[in-house]
Amino acid sequence: MQGDTSFFNSLAIQWRVIRALLMREILTRYGRHNIGFFWLFVEPMLFCCGVVLIRKLFIHESARGLPVVEFVMTGYSSILLWRNCGSRCGLAISTNTSLLYHHNVRVIDLVASRIILEIAGCAIAFLVMTVLFVAIGLISPPEDLWLVMIGYILSAWIAASLGILIVGLSESSELFERLWHPAMYFMLPISGFGFMVDWLPVKIQKLALLVPMVNALEIMRQGFFGSKVRCHYELHGLIGFCLVATLVGLLLLNFFARRVEPE
Amino acid sequence: MITLSQVSKTYKVHGGRRTILDKLDLKVGRGEKIGILGRNGSGKSTLVRLISGAEFPTSGRISRAMSVSWPLAFAGGFQGSLTGYDNLRFICRVYNASIESALPFVEEFSELGRYLREPLKNYSSGMRARLAFALSMAVEFDCFLIDEVVAVGDQRFHEKCHEELFVKRRDRAMIIVSHQPHFIRAHCDRATVLLRGKLHPFDKVDDAFAFYTEHDDE
Repeated sequence: MQGDTSFFNSLAIQWRVIRALLMREILTRYGRHNIGFFWLFVEPMLFCCGVVLIRKLFIHESARGLPVVEFVMTGYSSILLWRNCGSRCGLAISTNTSLLYHHNVRVIDLVASRIILEIAGCAIAFLVMTVLFVAIGLISPPEDLWLVMIGYILSAWIAASLGILIVGLSESSELFERLWHPAMYFMLPISGFGFMVDWLPVKIQKLALLVPMVNALEIMRQGFFGSKVRCHYELHGLIGFCLVATLVGLLLLNFFARRVEPE
Repeated sequence: MITLSQVSKTYKVHGGRRTILDKLDLKVGRGEKIGILGRNGSGKSTLVRLISGAEFPTSGRISRAMSVSWPLAFAGGFQGSLTGYDNLRFICRVYNASIESALPFVEEFSELGRYLREPLKNYSSGMRARLAFALSMAVEFDCFLIDEVVAVGDQRFHEKCHEELFVKRRDRAMIIVSHQPHFIRAHCDRATVLLRGKLHPFDKVDDAFAFYTEHDDE
């Protein structure tokens, strides 16, 4: 079983293990009761619908002439991605160390399965909501579907790299683990949820584009609104950030994986 | 073949580092049965974790050219909120074993009946151990890792385990870690004594036993 360590064989084992972990996590989290697995995306969808509803009913002019539902939906979907990855990855290792007794299960698999699950849940929720809202005429279809997808994939990549980075950091330092949760709250207002970069004063625009989520969100909204808005984003910086964060996160994780101590 | 070469493990403790295992060398070939004798706190469990791959050594190398089981009857890797069936499915997926062929065996062997459909948290410790043992037998391994005496359930079940492991799978390699010499004497070809972080190998189990008794107070 462990004799053949060729690349493709290792890849096959890794995929099998991640799949097993995914199913295990879904069952553990949502069980087989009522709608079971569907909670995976119904939960983020309810969150998002709630926020959309509140904004739609009470804060009419917040989007400066842009359709409120699309504006809030894109903003909140982006938040859900990095917030869920950020908050649920921290526990991925410490609660599952006993699984490491199974030789094929490695730290990277625990983290990967958690990230895949979070992103899949959010992405399905986003897709279902978009289709549903278009179908009932609440929103008009996105002008450029490709841009929406690219924006969403970049948002997901930010979330994934953030997730890996956070596991690595919080496992190496308890202090970081404590500080990260409040830090996430402070990131909410600067993540682009409530503004378009174009609305900001020029000086602040440059600062706003330093936040990776803002860039990806601008691309997503460009796809939705097309010509109705002027979007600003820095693609090189964004991809650079994702690459560096992913790499550093993986290095930290590798460092930590060699020191993990199951009970 | 499982090979440990110059394997050391140190842990951070209050006021410095403590060496638990100090440059160990060990070779286990196919079908070989090796006993590791050691007192409480001598580092036996650490060694088991290193061999199973749950932990990495601080220095040195461990290579496994055969598949190694998780510590036998160890139930830590199971999820309490999942049923026996779901835990079985997880194990089968991870080890690429067929669920269809494992299921009847586990049902029959564990004697858990309808409890297999219950979450593990409702099991008694004996039931957990029975499931864990049955699952370890449902996956085929070249080498079984046995941490302490496999005394699971009542006398009859105990005998069933013995039959399944030491009779039906007598061609497999085994690493038996224990502080009870008679258990190792009954099942091992050779033994090594873990003392103050070092392994002292002996070709005859009786010699290992003598050495072990001699250093009784250390």
